[in-house]
Amino acid sequence: PVTNSELKLTGQARCPLREHFLPRKNTKENLDRFIPNRSAMDLDYAHYALTKGRNGKDQEETTVSSPSREAYRKQLAETMNLNHTRILAFRNKPKDPAQLLPTDHSASSLHQQQPKSVKPRRHIPQTSERTLDAPDIVDDFYLNLLDWGSANVLAIALGHTVYLWDASSGFTYELVTIEKGPVTSINWAPDGRHVAVGLNNSEVQLWDSASNRQLRTLKGCHQSRVGSLAWNNHILTTGGMDGQIVNNDVRIRSHVVETYSGHTQEVCGLKWSGSGQQLASGGNDNVVHIWDRSVASSNSTTQWLHRLEEHTSAVKPLPVDTGSQVCSLLWSKNERELLSSHGFAQNQLTLWKYPSMVKMAELNGHTSRVLYMAQSPDGCTVASAAGDETLRFWNVFGVPETAKKPAPKAAHEPFSRVNRGHGLSVWCPSSVNRDGISQIHAPGFPPFDLGGRSEGLMLVVLWPYGGFGIFGWIQNR
Amino acid sequence: MASKTAAAKDIITLHGSAAIVSEFFCYAANSILYNRAVYPEESFAKVKKYGLPMLLTQDESVKSFLSNLTCQISEWLEAGKLQRVVLVIMSKATGEVLERWNFRIETDAEVVEKRVSREKSDKEIMREIQAIMRQVASSITYLPCLDEPCVFDVLAYTDTDVAVPFTWVESDPKLIANPQMVKLHAFDTKIHKVDTLVSYKNDEWDEEE
Repeated sequence: PVTNSELKLTGQARCPLREHFLPRKNTKENLDRFIPNRSAMDLDYAHYALTKGRNGKDQEETTVSSPSREAYRKQLAETMNLNHTRILAFRNKPKDPAQLLPTDHSASSLHQQQPKSVKPRRHIPQTSERTLDAPDIVDDFYLNLLDWGSANVLAIALGHTVYLWDASSGFTYELVTIEKGPVTSINWAPDGRHVAVGLNNSEVQLWDSASNRQLRTLKGCHQSRVGSLAWNNHILTTGGMDGQIVNNDVRIRSHVVETYSGHTQEVCGLKWSGSGQQLASGGNDNVVHIWDRSVASSNSTTQWLHRLEEHTSAVKPLPVDTGSQVCSLLWSKNERELLSSHGFAQNQLTLWKYPSMVKMAELNGHTSRVLYMAQSPDGCTVASAAGDETLRFWNVFGVPETAKKPAPKAAHEPFSRVNRGHGLSVWCPSSVNRDGISQIHAPGFPPFDLGGRSEGLMLVVLWPYGGFGIFGWIQNR
Repeated sequence: MASKTAAAKDIITLHGSAAIVSEFFCYAANSILYNRAVYPEESFAKVKKYGLPMLLTQDESVKSFLSNLTCQISEWLEAGKLQRVVLVIMSKATGEVLERWNFRIETDAEVVEKRVSREKSDKEIMREIQAIMRQVASSITYLPCLDEPCVFDVLAYTDTDVAVPFTWVESDPKLIANPQMVKLHAFDTKIHKVDTLVSYKNDEWDEEE
């Protein structure tokens, strides 16, 4: 790859994160309920019209005397969901008596799908709001080169250089060019100020973006490149091509506090649960591990709490035809929606309603596979980067002015980002009922009783052939 | 038994009631599948329950389906969020809904909120359930013959604020147009009251209203 200094000399260099001046469409959002995606549109509007009664208006039919008319009225009432009701069916149908598959899931989800929300539907713009240059971005499936910090600054690694793009001001800063690079991973600390930079040479640098100073270098935790990073307060967890996962306490000199061994290939995804008690890791070995800090430190023979492999019945891809290779996944912080990014041939982003997996929108623009995605702190905007050397921004999760406030932490945590790669993993919450859920149900798995009050967390596993499996893990607080 | 009901009352807790209701549903579903010949006779085994010979499916996929359902239903019952459970029988060829077994649930909100318990004789509850089971078995005398291959599904009607587990998906109600309806007995644990109703597609010979 061409180094940054060479770019500067030529003068013909593309300026990183320079904006593409495309004819700007009218950015005033059309806030009516028009949805370009036909399969979602009619159903949602119909549902909205039918369930207006939910807002308190009484839509009862006039009572009639004859029993069968009464029965019919009752049925109509059922259809209109008068009673603040949701109708659910279990996904995994039993074999039908003739040993063939019964009514297909897709049949019931495509027809007469009744989404739960009665909020007015938002317009999802199908083109990017903004496009910036991202020259020399490394087109590697296993790296994590994009992260959007809580201070609303986007960090992106292009080759050996880390750039910061301040979303509030639109200004770009170069944080550092690391000769010993290239950079293989980047991750903001929860404070949105400190950032960890993982390198190809196995080192990890810690930087203070406010003062543009390097704080320290973590050495000796890995033997090859560090492709994934995750923060848990003052612990920086690093995942390496060597398959090792290391917890580093960045405050102390001897920073390695724990090492989790279990992956036999590159660790490409790391994510801590909101409670900071469990870590999910995904490796190129197509295995997902859940590590629990208390279990790992005990002297048990296995450090991990759970180990999920592709052939485990608990981890099955949903029967969703995504059409092309899935490179990356992102959960919405504000809605029950999932955004997937794809490769050949359209290189699009697809927005899905969860858990029905109805396709809501497809966003086009990238001309090569979209490997990296990050979500803005307010949950409205998604940044995506691809080997076509562009960084694009999509207001896919809502327009900032009209976005509702993120749910209070007590109710549920914000959905967290999915890292991509083979056997990827992520934490994101499923909604939790008031009393919590003490069991988890996974298809083909006996119910897991975790006891006590719990918060709901969802684990997503991305499989190499393009499918992804979604299943719920319920965790203790 | 009846003369000593006052002394024979048992404590019913929310958890216990949820267990009774979800177990009832499991046995009722099995009985329906057997009696309506959705699954072949030989795939069922006899067990004793509710003082009756009850039939339970031996098919692994049906067992697992019902067991997952029962688990989830039990949770929702304890949370007071379950409104009804509907077992739907559909034509395998056309997908048309032929029969709907509708178990409507009324939950004592005070019990859910305050976690108090109620009192009722266990035997009394069993007798009520037994009556319903007998009615399900005898329903074949008036229900139209299902002489085509059928499949079944189960719908859960819940409150909207219920967490949707990933293993469940939103569904349409799978209604029957212009159905005939027969109300069966109900049973009451004093915490959950369960009404049973079967609706079925009109026989072509009947006059429609």
